[in-house]
Amino acid sequence: MRAFTQLDGLVAPLDRANVDTDAIIPKQFLKSIKRAGFGPNAFDEWRYLDRGEPGQDCAKRPLNPDFVLNQPRYQGAAILLTRDNFGCGSSREHAPWALEDYGFRALIGTSFADIFFNNCFKNGLLPIKLPAVEVDALFELALATPGFRLKIDLAAQTVTRPDGKVLPFDVDPFRKECLLNGWDDIGLTLRHAENIREFEARRRIDQPWLFAQ
Amino acid sequence: MPKTLYDKLWENHVVHIEEDGTALLYIDRHLVHEVTSPQAFEGLKLAGRKPWRISSIVATADHNTPTDHWDEGITDPVSRQQVETLDANIREVGALAYFPFKDARQGIVHVIGPENGATLPGMTVVCGDSHTSTHGAFACLAHGIGTSEVEHVMATQCLLQKKSKTMLVKVDGPLGKGVSAKDIALALIGRIGTAGGTGYAIEFGGSAIRGLSMEGRMTLCNMAIEAGARVGFVAVDQTTIDYLKGRPFSPQGELWDRAVAYWRTLVSDEGARFDATVEIDGRAIQPQVTWGTSPEMVTDIKGQVPAPEDFADPVKREGVARALQYMGLTPRTPIEQVKVDKVFIGSCTNSRIEDLREAAAVAKGRRKADSVRQVLVVPGSGLVKRQAEAEGLDKVFIAAGFEWREPGCSMCLAMNADRLEPGERCASTSNRNFEGRQGAGGRTHLVSPAMAAAAAIAGRFADVRELP
Repeated sequence: MRAFTQLDGLVAPLDRANVDTDAIIPKQFLKSIKRAGFGPNAFDEWRYLDRGEPGQDCAKRPLNPDFVLNQPRYQGAAILLTRDNFGCGSSREHAPWALEDYGFRALIGTSFADIFFNNCFKNGLLPIKLPAVEVDALFELALATPGFRLKIDLAAQTVTRPDGKVLPFDVDPFRKECLLNGWDDIGLTLRHAENIREFEARRRIDQPWLFAQ
Repeated sequence: MPKTLYDKLWENHVVHIEEDGTALLYIDRHLVHEVTSPQAFEGLKLAGRKPWRISSIVATADHNTPTDHWDEGITDPVSRQQVETLDANIREVGALAYFPFKDARQGIVHVIGPENGATLPGMTVVCGDSHTSTHGAFACLAHGIGTSEVEHVMATQCLLQKKSKTMLVKVDGPLGKGVSAKDIALALIGRIGTAGGTGYAIEFGGSAIRGLSMEGRMTLCNMAIEAGARVGFVAVDQTTIDYLKGRPFSPQGELWDRAVAYWRTLVSDEGARFDATVEIDGRAIQPQVTWGTSPEMVTDIKGQVPAPEDFADPVKREGVARALQYMGLTPRTPIEQVKVDKVFIGSCTNSRIEDLREAAAVAKGRRKADSVRQVLVVPGSGLVKRQAEAEGLDKVFIAAGFEWREPGCSMCLAMNADRLEPGERCASTSNRNFEGRQGAGGRTHLVSPAMAAAAAIAGRFADVRELP
């Protein structure tokens, strides 16, 4: 996994609540057996005017000029500003894969759905929860200021606005450590392989019906 | 100190805890399907890792499989490749059970687990699918997970998890005539919102829940994720135990008695404390119909489409305006005047035998309205299909002009050929009314199986309690 330490990125505001993972990456693209290449289909139904199908050359498809991410001023954005309950719905990890492949490294909003939030951390994508009043202010600034950027420092747990205002955020220490170092969860867990084996052996005795062969 | 059921399930599975409270939870059952597993199998192989415990895996192909013309196989080459990739991965790795495309026991992953006794009380169950919460009906700690976690569970038999807060949703009854578990779920989501359960594990309790069959409890727990809760569950009682007796992977003989003795402890202790409690009067719940593009945008059959100005919060107002535009609905339209083009009866929410019986009871001796283009009835599994046919339900549906299909996820998410065309309006027993969920531009209204059948007959949403 790509590590996340600091980021100085252009901000794109997506001013909608309850953005679901079906919207982030529609189901027809979930037929891929690969982990990469979902970026061109991120927000497919909002982003293009035609019907998206796997295997299209997205560079040749008609863009929806009304969709915020298609505006020239937000090209190259690395931070997505969102509203409540972003990433609700399906557990598809294709959603963070698509956002990461599109170029986002961090998401800022008031709340995220549990499974999506968790999936982000597995993919070097940092979801940041801030109070509603701060998110409102960021939306105003992002809309009013061409080229609006934010600085994110994961070690310090801060988002810094161009005017110098510092917004602190919470993150679980374990997730933070993994993300800062780009650690592979599986490798970390397997350090406890002996504990897992002992636990399993006890379980086979206490609840043998769980171990049907 | 009295413990909640969640405390008991959690404590029974903790292998290790990090300083910040992140726990390694041991996973008893790993359900696998074709969409969210190929990258996990590939990752495992690339890292040279072997699955930790193959006998924990139960797999099936459900999302991409067609529901008709099985003799032609899977004609979409991309879908076929995904299903064949699962076939190859299971062939290579192994599993406790695999129900491939066309197998007699193939079906939706959340239907086949319980009906085969592969979901047992007290288990931790995971699957790369958010509706894994379904298995909570059996007092399981059942989490939907992403593909990285699928790989993690395969490699380590554990899931990294932080303990959730607890919410008791207490529904006392009895429920009114024509009101089902689906209506409880939608009424709850209408009340607390789609993020209301975020960060919580929901226990469903109260006399209305006790009165539900296992099928009804599965419907309710299935929808916990639509309320934002990753897990939802119901305590063990005699209904749970009766359902499990004699299933293929249920324990037998002396082991059964030992298991039952343990399962009976899987209830919240008297006086256990919850972080939040929501009480719902089951007697007051009416048949529900969603009108928008989020399950929280819901009212009852006697209600009407709201107007954006009814909502004070500007973000919500904007969201309602956008939803009404997408849904092609005018504010203040009575729900009973909204016409439907298609009807879908199926999905991991409502495709079990009891759901089909409820739909058939409404369809019996009646016929779909001419204006309704298609009514799909998609059983949850091959076993459900055969049971329904043994009861003659297929004939009831066919006589009513409904289509009787092969099992699968079908038009719940439209990964196969079953889908809505742009602008088509559907009464659906599935779980999500998101934009494009049932096909780009499609308009989904979530309802119970009885209400879906009533809409098919009337050609518009109709109160199932008042059918002539």
